[in-house]
Amino acid sequence: MSSTTHEAAAFLQIRGVTKNFGGYRAVDDVSIDVAKGEIFALLGASGCGKTTLLRLLAGFETPSAGSIVLDGHDLADLPPYERPLNMMFQSYALFPHLTVADNIAFGLKRAGLPSAEVSSRVQAMLELVQLAAFGKRRPHQLSGGQQQRVALARSLANKPQLLLLDEPLGALDKKLREQTQVELVNIVQDVGVTCVMVTHDQEEAMTMATRIAVMSEGRFMQVGVPAEIYETPASRFVADFIGNVNLMDGTLQPLGADGMLVTCDDCTHRVAQRHEASAGVRVSVALRPEKIRLAHEPPSPADGEFNHARGVVDELAYFGSFTVYRLALGSGAFLKVSASNIDRHAGAPIAIGDAVWASWSPTAQVVLFR
Amino acid sequence: MNADRAGRSRVVIGLPYVWLLLLFMLPFLIVLKISVSEMELASVKEAITVQNGKVVFNVGVGNYLTLIRDDLYLLTYLSSLKYAAATAVLCLFVGYPFAYFMARAQVGRQPALLMLVMLPFWTSFLLRVYAWKSLLTEHGWVADLIAGLGIDRLLLRAELIPAQGQLMNTPFSLVLGMTYTYLPFMILPLYANLAKMDLRLLEAASDLGATAWVAFWKVTVPLSKAGIYSGAMLVFIPCVGEYVIPELLGGPQTQMIGRTLWDEFFSNNDWPMASAVAVAMVLLVIVPLAIFNKYQAEAGEARL
Repeated sequence: MSSTTHEAAAFLQIRGVTKNFGGYRAVDDVSIDVAKGEIFALLGASGCGKTTLLRLLAGFETPSAGSIVLDGHDLADLPPYERPLNMMFQSYALFPHLTVADNIAFGLKRAGLPSAEVSSRVQAMLELVQLAAFGKRRPHQLSGGQQQRVALARSLANKPQLLLLDEPLGALDKKLREQTQVELVNIVQDVGVTCVMVTHDQEEAMTMATRIAVMSEGRFMQVGVPAEIYETPASRFVADFIGNVNLMDGTLQPLGADGMLVTCDDCTHRVAQRHEASAGVRVSVALRPEKIRLAHEPPSPADGEFNHARGVVDELAYFGSFTVYRLALGSGAFLKVSASNIDRHAGAPIAIGDAVWASWSPTAQVVLFR
Repeated sequence: MNADRAGRSRVVIGLPYVWLLLLFMLPFLIVLKISVSEMELASVKEAITVQNGKVVFNVGVGNYLTLIRDDLYLLTYLSSLKYAAATAVLCLFVGYPFAYFMARAQVGRQPALLMLVMLPFWTSFLLRVYAWKSLLTEHGWVADLIAGLGIDRLLLRAELIPAQGQLMNTPFSLVLGMTYTYLPFMILPLYANLAKMDLRLLEAASDLGATAWVAFWKVTVPLSKAGIYSGAMLVFIPCVGEYVIPELLGGPQTQMIGRTLWDEFFSNNDWPMASAVAVAMVLLVIVPLAIFNKYQAEAGEARL
């Protein structure tokens, strides 16, 4: 398990951490290394154990088993107020009785900094989050986005070695969230702090994190960079949880260097992916809606589109920049297709009730073994 | 329909006002009127009379001047304020931990704990105060306990009792009785305040380096300020005018304004003087109340 002595130990090491609440196992034997400067996202539905894992890092819960080592120091015996990390709480937990400046100064005063240094650091933090003029306000006098920045400033003021973000953008509305995602990442990277964040929002995880761990029932289902998680999900669960996906069950037939064939009810998938699997194995094929093309005419093999299926448009949802179609296939299964609206008024638009051809390339799918 | 609704809401709001006007403001004005009248042998001279078609005022502030000039009244007011303040402070010290642990107890247990705080109300207040008399007399349970623990020596040194073994009819017994009686009025608003506190703020404080003790003083106490103020006012205000407890548990050292009021009314039969004492007492109580209300309004604004 342990790395060799030549290799530098990871900045944050989580080793076999388990947390039981009574008979309920919230975190189940989780191990992960996080490198310095990473933004590591714990992604999962509510109740998957991501928040418990974050609270274990912060010290609000003690692990039932396992160890957490930060920069070579075991955190086990340190209470929250002695840990060299800070947390930005969900919906911020700003002190309502203190001004913005005093909120940011709270941790600095606890650290025993001289008052001149406290005020200069507070000013620097306020400038970092572009709230220099708001130091004397109370939190309730600020907008949601401003409160979020105060919370960030407060959690960064003590120059923590590790920053924990609990649903950092959860309390903001959609438009503000997209803008703040970028801002937050920029600030965190400017400061250069290592970050572990918890989110249930996959877009948030994808845009912000350098690596994502998808969690379910207290375990890591898959850990990887955002593109890996999205394009090569390791399981049906991950494929289904991240983004939209069409899952088709079928039987595998290996083709050696040419990849493999998967025979499903509605089509035979030619898959470029190679795998040492024997014929006849039951697998699932995951196919993202945006990787499928729709046309009224059947595709010609010359296009390189080896895979196709025929269906009738059953539902259609127009989102402006793209349109999502649902095709009813021969077997009664549905195929979701998402198409970019690259022309303003494309000729012969596809309408509900049209019989159409769906086609996709052999590199579009992922074969998932069970 | 809107006008109908506005009319109904006016009735709902109006009723308590009518009640206060008739049963508080009007009697108070009568008392005020009497306080500026003079005694005429055995009856009160009318302050405003109509003689030969002319309105004649017989108004004098003589009673108020007496209040200021005579040391007795001033000292009595001061001693009332002193004992009321001492009671409020003691109630706060005893009540805060009570309220704190109630608010932090398991949610399922809180109704039972709340019930326990309110349980004394099921017995007559007079009986409960009277019971203290027998507990504190020589060889009463509490008196023996206090003597056994040597606390009476401390009380003697603090001049709260005149001699060892003599606990009744002293400043000690008075403040003990008032603290005992008014404690629930401190606990309830404090509990209500502490129970709705966002506990994540304590986690945030801990995360930022505050020990539990520091977090208590820097977060919990400042956030419970409104509860402390309400509790203190609920104890302080009725204590200033308290009559029954000083009468039953107090002594010659503990003259309070309620007692003076009683004497003026029923021993001296000097109603104008008694009314002046009462008006001065109401003012004495209204001033802290006004401060309290101002604070509440500001706190409410801050919470918005």
